[in-house]
Amino acid sequence: MPHHGTVKSKALARALRGNGVPATQTALRKTALHAIHRSLGAKMVHFGGWEMPVEYGGISAEHMAVRTGVGLFDVSHMGDIQLRGPQSLDAVQQFSMNDASRLQVGQAQYSAMLTPEGTFVDDILVHKLSDNDYLIVVNAGTREKDHAWIRQQAQPFKGHVSDYSDFYTQLAIQGPNAVDVLQKLTDLPLGEIKNYWFRWGKVCGLYNVMVARTGYTGEDGFELYIPSDEATGARVWHELLAAGEEFGILPCGLGARNTLRLEAAMPLYGHEISETINVWEAGMGRYAKLDKGVEFTGAAALRRLRDEGGPARRLVGLEMVDRGIARDGYKLFNVAGEPVGEVTSGSPAPFLRKNIALAYLPIEYTDPAQSNEVWVEIRGAMVKAQTTPMPFYKRPKPAQGQTQ
Amino acid sequence: MSYPEQYRYTREHEWIEVQNDCGKVGITDHAQHTLGDIVFVEVPKIGTHVEKGRVFGSVESVKAVSDLYSPVSGEVSAVNEELSGSPEHVNANAHGAWIMQLKLSNPAEVETLLTAADYEKFVAEETGH
Repeated sequence: MPHHGTVKSKALARALRGNGVPATQTALRKTALHAIHRSLGAKMVHFGGWEMPVEYGGISAEHMAVRTGVGLFDVSHMGDIQLRGPQSLDAVQQFSMNDASRLQVGQAQYSAMLTPEGTFVDDILVHKLSDNDYLIVVNAGTREKDHAWIRQQAQPFKGHVSDYSDFYTQLAIQGPNAVDVLQKLTDLPLGEIKNYWFRWGKVCGLYNVMVARTGYTGEDGFELYIPSDEATGARVWHELLAAGEEFGILPCGLGARNTLRLEAAMPLYGHEISETINVWEAGMGRYAKLDKGVEFTGAAALRRLRDEGGPARRLVGLEMVDRGIARDGYKLFNVAGEPVGEVTSGSPAPFLRKNIALAYLPIEYTDPAQSNEVWVEIRGAMVKAQTTPMPFYKRPKPAQGQTQ
Repeated sequence: MSYPEQYRYTREHEWIEVQNDCGKVGITDHAQHTLGDIVFVEVPKIGTHVEKGRVFGSVESVKAVSDLYSPVSGEVSAVNEELSGSPEHVNANAHGAWIMQLKLSNPAEVETLLTAADYEKFVAEETGH
């Protein structure tokens, strides 16, 4: 029998009322597509200060649509911060651990902003719009913090920092058929846009739409940045759904976005990365360009941490061996019953049909060459799991026009 | 979705169908709809004594895990083994997919539960439509 009041377990009644955040606590933001989500019967949740659709007709179906066909997400909650001016590259190089000097116009780069301790302010996507113009896409829940941080970091450099988040409706069309659907609605030669590149072109009759071959699903796809008025958002949303009908397109919510990124082992801020987790622990050293010629914020700490012998704990992938689902915050134990770590994200994986999780474990459990057994405390019971290489899911082969 | 008249309901969204001091317990259609894709149903062991208002198991959707509360007191006389292989039956037919069967120790408790009409009204108030 499960005992009372275990971690994360809730009475049905409470679970059904939402995530327990009182409605009066903060004014929730709504995207331009809010009325459409409601009319489609979406279940709404609070996420990062926003009221967002978590699912329309079932997380598993939406997840599968993206893996095998195509899905459409409203990701307008993401923040968009622009740096403009003669020293905007210097500013980006200061707060971004990756090397933005390698970017060409029209190219995007995954990176992170670090604290002076080498931990995460946020993970970001840097887009080079022109020689003196960069767009930084940041997480919804950290938008204000990130804006203030970028402002402060950019202060010594000539240029402007602007929060343009409210000017864009951001849509993500994802899945192996995303290219086929979007191609019907644009004259841009999508096949020529490589992974992590973007272009501007006409989409649904709108001029100058930024179309980026990016996403957060582990699948091919595009992200579109369109004007944030309701009428335009609604029109593009409906045209994409209509164009995708022949491929079985589904509108997809944050639930599927989370299970998709988890299968692809992409980190989520506040879970795998945070201000208490450093780059080495998160296994994101490949994005930290310590030799880029700019002493970026956090670089000194990263060097020191490396020279001190590397991290004591590391992010690992887990697969449940016995029956049970590891959830965020569940505790991990070794064979001797000693506590060794905690799950940062855990869920059933609808495409893989396994129960998977990401977790931090002491370095001795994280050798990717072998699988180590650990036990997850699930509502009072110890359930066996094993470490497994990441990502859990990798898409079969790149679509045409894609590079890895 | 209509709620069977012969069942009684809890404010925690469980139903019970009582016949001759035996009760089958499941979760309501409203509950399954709100939880979404159900992937795991944890059932008690046969012979366990459960008490009214206490946790007897859980249901897990892709998104979350939720405790189940027993509508009445009694001894678990059967569990629905089918749900271990096909938890999605709860989504497909919540009012048919019973989770456990109880031998009631205090049948008078049934009278404290909501009727179908009461429950429907309760859900309408809770969801605001």
